[in-house]
Amino acid sequence: MSLITRRSLLVAGAGGLVAGCDAIERSEAGRDLLFKAEAVNRSLQRAITDRGALARQFSEAEMSPRFRANGTIFPADETYRTLMRGNFADWRLVVDGLVARPLKLSLADLRALPQRVQITRHDCVEGWSAIGKWHGPKLSTLLDLAGLKDTARYLVFHCADTLGGRPYYESVDLIDAFHPQTILAWAMNNRTLPVEHGAPLRLRVERQLGYKHAKYIMRIEAVAALDGIHGGKGGLWEDIAGYEWYAGI
Amino acid sequence: MASEPTIYRHRLSTRLWHWVTALSVIVLLGSGLMILNAHGQLYWGEYGANYDQPWFRVGWVFEGARVPGWLTIPSTYNLALARRWHLFFALVLAFALLAFMIASLLNRHFQRDLRVRAKELAPAHLAADARRHAALRFHDPENPRAYNIFQKLSYVAVIFVLLPLMIFTGLAMSPGMNAAWPWLTEMFGGRQSARSIHFIAAMLLAGFTIVHLALVILAGAWNEVRSMLTGKWKVPQ
Repeated sequence: MSLITRRSLLVAGAGGLVAGCDAIERSEAGRDLLFKAEAVNRSLQRAITDRGALARQFSEAEMSPRFRANGTIFPADETYRTLMRGNFADWRLVVDGLVARPLKLSLADLRALPQRVQITRHDCVEGWSAIGKWHGPKLSTLLDLAGLKDTARYLVFHCADTLGGRPYYESVDLIDAFHPQTILAWAMNNRTLPVEHGAPLRLRVERQLGYKHAKYIMRIEAVAALDGIHGGKGGLWEDIAGYEWYAGI
Repeated sequence: MASEPTIYRHRLSTRLWHWVTALSVIVLLGSGLMILNAHGQLYWGEYGANYDQPWFRVGWVFEGARVPGWLTIPSTYNLALARRWHLFFALVLAFALLAFMIASLLNRHFQRDLRVRAKELAPAHLAADARRHAALRFHDPENPRAYNIFQKLSYVAVIFVLLPLMIFTGLAMSPGMNAAWPWLTEMFGGRQSARSIHFIAAMLLAGFTIVHLALVILAGAWNEVRSMLTGKWKVPQ
């Protein structure tokens, strides 16, 4: 009789490796080392590619028949719901922080700016993709209006939705902030942005994964560093789960 | 007892690359299966999400539509950490492969040991080698250092086809790379096709690893493992 079967050895071997990996993740040094790959990947990607390269744009015929909504699909915040019931007529986008001229813009103001329309593929970190059409002013247009100060390094997007009681927020650096395809979308697939997709305004930062595309944007803040903001890692998912801040991979 | 002749079989560059790649492939397979758990469906084309038709569902293989924890890194559901493991060892795998390829061209490992010659592909030779495998004789007594044709074909397939395919289909899923190198994603038929090919190639690599380990055991595990640690291999009598 053999107590140690080949299968149990295999399972023990795999289990041992998995347990070892789990132990490395729990140690601070192991985690630090693992997390170093993000900076290497970001630097490598930006070194070998054109910083202004455009994400692929598709035709109407190539669009997904249905575009899945993910994350928060109906913010619980009472202020948000009041604005929503008023069809966002009283909603104002605040642009402040390290800017020369803080802005307070209505949806009508945003629609009056030069617009960009793009049909792009949305890649969720989970693995699924959907192709949709987005309509809105470039983020760079707003930044030019507000006049970024020289000390500004990041744009932080403060949102109306929460996850486990924490407010959703995201951030991008100036390379992505000034990219021509980085827009503030107020329309999707030829109609006003639905609530489940982030009404009245969401970020499209086409060369990064879905969790960077903040929905329900209330305020855009120009900052010099991400340290003091919420968990300090530049986004809610980055703070609570360890997702990469640079989601270009 | 007559001592068996010992030959120097594997160079340092080959040995180092072998173990770095072995570790990387295991971590990449485990973390890749955890990443698959985040959306356990595969599609063809540019897009694919819940409302679209998948060609594969994890739920067809595993109860609860999740790859079990003893096969995944981490062992409990965590997409963010699985990505950290995956993207760390993807760098290790890719740069180790590049270094190994350069070293193996310079030290003529590829040209000398892996070059497939036409006569080795003749049906009679393949059949004879298959018979020798069935009899558990894996080396040629006339030239014990040489790889047999099945070894050559499988190593060439892994080094020049499967591993590069893993790297390039992986890059084809990066939204940043898609913008910079759109032809890469298009070459694989779209982002979701690249994801499907990445998964299929990973399963082929897992299959190779299992057969490789089985043959190491059949050929004499200690002699084989030692040769990959020290370079020295005893010629079986």
